[in-house]
Amino acid sequence: MITLTVNGQSHEVDVAADTPLLWVIREQLKLTGTKFGCGIAQCGACTVHVNGAPTRSCILPVSAVQGTEITTIEGIADGAELHPVQQAWIDEQVPQCGYCQSGQVMSAVALLEASPNPSDDDIDRAMSGNVCRCGMYGRIRRAIKKVAANQVEIFDPQSEVTSGEVTHG
Amino acid sequence: MGKWTRRGFITAGVVGGGALVVGVAIRPGNQNESLAPLVTEGGENLVNTWVKIGADNLVTAIVPHSEMGQGAQTALAQMLADELDADWESVQFLEAPAEDGYANYPLIKGYMMKGAPIPSALGGTVDGLFQQIAKSIHMQVTGGSLSVRSTGLYGMRVGGAAARSMLLEAAAASWQVPVDELSTESSHVIHTSSGRRAPYSEFAAAAGKLTPPSVPPLKAPEDFKLMGKSVPRHDIPAKVDGTATFGIDVQVAGMKHATVAAAPVFGAKVQSYDASSAQQMPGVVQVVNLDNAIAVVADSYWQAKKALATVAIQWTGSVNDTRDSEGIFEQFSSDLGSAEVQEDFAQGDAAAALAAAQRVIEREYRVPYLAHACMEPMNATAAVNENGCEIWIGSQDPLRCKHHVAEALGLEPDRVQVNNHVMGGGFGRRALTDVAIQAAKISQAAGVPVKLIWSREEDIQQDYYRPAILSKFRAAMSENGDPQAWENSFVDKHEPAEAPHIPYAIANQHIGYVDSLTHVPFGAWRSVDHSQHGFFTESFVDELAHEAGEDPYQFRRRLLAGNDRLLKVLDTAAEKGRWDAPLGEGQGRGIALQRSFGSIVAEVVEVTVTDGEVSVDKVTVAVDAGFAVSPDGLTAQMESGVIYGLTAALYGDIEIAKGRVKQGNFDSYPMVRMNDAPEIETHIINSYEFWGGAGEPGTPAIAPALTAAIYAATGTRIRQLPVSRYDLNVAIREEESA
Repeated sequence: MITLTVNGQSHEVDVAADTPLLWVIREQLKLTGTKFGCGIAQCGACTVHVNGAPTRSCILPVSAVQGTEITTIEGIADGAELHPVQQAWIDEQVPQCGYCQSGQVMSAVALLEASPNPSDDDIDRAMSGNVCRCGMYGRIRRAIKKVAANQVEIFDPQSEVTSGEVTHG
Repeated sequence: MGKWTRRGFITAGVVGGGALVVGVAIRPGNQNESLAPLVTEGGENLVNTWVKIGADNLVTAIVPHSEMGQGAQTALAQMLADELDADWESVQFLEAPAEDGYANYPLIKGYMMKGAPIPSALGGTVDGLFQQIAKSIHMQVTGGSLSVRSTGLYGMRVGGAAARSMLLEAAAASWQVPVDELSTESSHVIHTSSGRRAPYSEFAAAAGKLTPPSVPPLKAPEDFKLMGKSVPRHDIPAKVDGTATFGIDVQVAGMKHATVAAAPVFGAKVQSYDASSAQQMPGVVQVVNLDNAIAVVADSYWQAKKALATVAIQWTGSVNDTRDSEGIFEQFSSDLGSAEVQEDFAQGDAAAALAAAQRVIEREYRVPYLAHACMEPMNATAAVNENGCEIWIGSQDPLRCKHHVAEALGLEPDRVQVNNHVMGGGFGRRALTDVAIQAAKISQAAGVPVKLIWSREEDIQQDYYRPAILSKFRAAMSENGDPQAWENSFVDKHEPAEAPHIPYAIANQHIGYVDSLTHVPFGAWRSVDHSQHGFFTESFVDELAHEAGEDPYQFRRRLLAGNDRLLKVLDTAAEKGRWDAPLGEGQGRGIALQRSFGSIVAEVVEVTVTDGEVSVDKVTVAVDAGFAVSPDGLTAQMESGVIYGLTAALYGDIEIAKGRVKQGNFDSYPMVRMNDAPEIETHIINSYEFWGGAGEPGTPAIAPALTAAIYAATGTRIRQLPVSRYDLNVAIREEESA
């Protein structure tokens, strides 16, 4: 048995130690928002946060993340209140097929937490691990800048205090 | 978006089944009374095929196209709601199910197989609408950039307008007033002089008993309220919080997980295999021999994948085992030199003009095979049992999927149910049914529901590829730089027929092809043949301009004289792309134009080449799609088409070695990413000419505009894609003419 903490909830799963975290999240925990894209950490569709850091879950053995705090796309909203990055994604009409967008959103959330006012180079560095086959890079960049410009307080799913003053553009 | 229940699915069979049952659906109580209970439920009345108005005045648009990110479902609902004067906030939509309802399939199939065309005169009428429905529902295909310009124009608008007419007629009868004193607004009928205002739902039942008007009045563009506005897409919220259910996300009770290894050399079969160690591995349920592939079924995907890697498979051998890309292009070249060229298009006498010409320019271009590489790897879930087969999949053509699965399992089509899901990219790949058939056969063999997921490597190596093509040109040039003859010969003609044709005024033309088949399977790839021929013809036009010593933009202008619609698009791209603005060192601009799927697109690309590295700085797009139903939707499609084509032009290369595909994943088949994505600026021209498509027309012009820009920046003319084959540190300047 392996114990995992995902989106603040503890789970015991009976899987082989080398099973990538991605498949445990999708198959055992039934959190299917995190996607399989390549299996070799080349596309970013499987991005989750491990202790707040954006991490490709498709090559990460589940045994390596015991005792960490894992956050998936299902865990970033504050109840019914979308995360500002999610809201900006809707406002800028970012997704097309949408398959890569869970990973894009998770990378963007991590970027904005580390760097609330990212430069174009910061965005390039943080987001170039995420492939969007529909090519919505311009909209992703715009949405990230929109969140930054709104100076919103980013809801941190790891913190005890949930932000009550999030404003949406 | 709502999904049909099993009961609704029968309803939908009637509703979605097309022309043959639409009359029934919209006129409960007529000769097919036995079907009436199926089309009316809980106070709802089906007013016609495309629209349902509930007792709560909620309007449901039934959309026969699937969603792969192109936003067509929202645009189609907009078209219907506008003609209906519906309150947009109370419009929802359902995807029509993959059901043709009882007798329809063989009937429609017979109609299709005989190739009976739909008379164009019927196109705008309700009768024509029903025939169009039959045609699109039969295939139920989402492709060819057809949703808005076909279903939208002939289906949704006409359907919405017909429903509105019938509601007005019913209201007039109920209120005992002349129908021309009534107006509509926000899903209500209004009689101004008496101050009466009532919701549509009040008249829905009565309207449903009326005969639909044969030619319902359509709005003039100046009366559009929703068409032409960028309304937020319905499908987006579920795509930012992880709740959208793609085919790969489906959960079926008792399901096992499978993955597959198909013969790496196309056409080979399993000769023998040893699965003894796989069968001992934890979680493994069964190893299935599919004749041309081996699948492993296990409790989890990871177990299946690990076990599959241990199966030793011997494949049958053939002459294909030694085929490679170089040999394939040698075959193309040899066939083009020896086989008789089949005429595709001809005017004037190109041969005579070339023979008499003082100057003949000869060029040859090549494009490689390309994979689709949808973000969501190919997958399907199947449950085969004694009752039949149920499939869960994201498909561009769910109805064809249903029939192909039925055929593969030897079942009657009505025993196969296909549940369609949003697609993580389609681009033509998901119009094919191979994965659904595999999943069904694996489930049948294993006796349990099975979710089959292909690895990314399988996805890249078992595709139906954009065909590799070799295309040769000769042009006769007059002394003053006028092209007098255009001769183009290439291998393998596919769709659409007009892809290799040019809009330029050149008196003598001969365009033709030779068949040169290979063992590599091919299929439709975003914009189909336009993406290859757009590169070929526009590159050659660019070269002719340089040969004529003329600016490539002005050269095209001259050859388009009198064609105002194309000129407007070309001029807009040139003006907004600052064609004449000064450039810095290592910079260049290229321009290209392609008409495809009823739309015209011109693109100006600006590049900087530094130390042999190309940076694509900006792409300016001008598009005339007739009328932009959703300007933001059209803009998004242009952006997407540009990046898809740019990835192909810069990096896309599926190479054949030892009969199989060499590339396997995003490390060897690279994609444009955030750090190399250009700024894209889109300018929309509403010409109000016949409406064109959006999903594909953004793609063809990008490769020739890019390579023209690289030529302008470096002097290197790229005649074989992708660009990454070239060392741009070394300028390649070839003989200027033959």
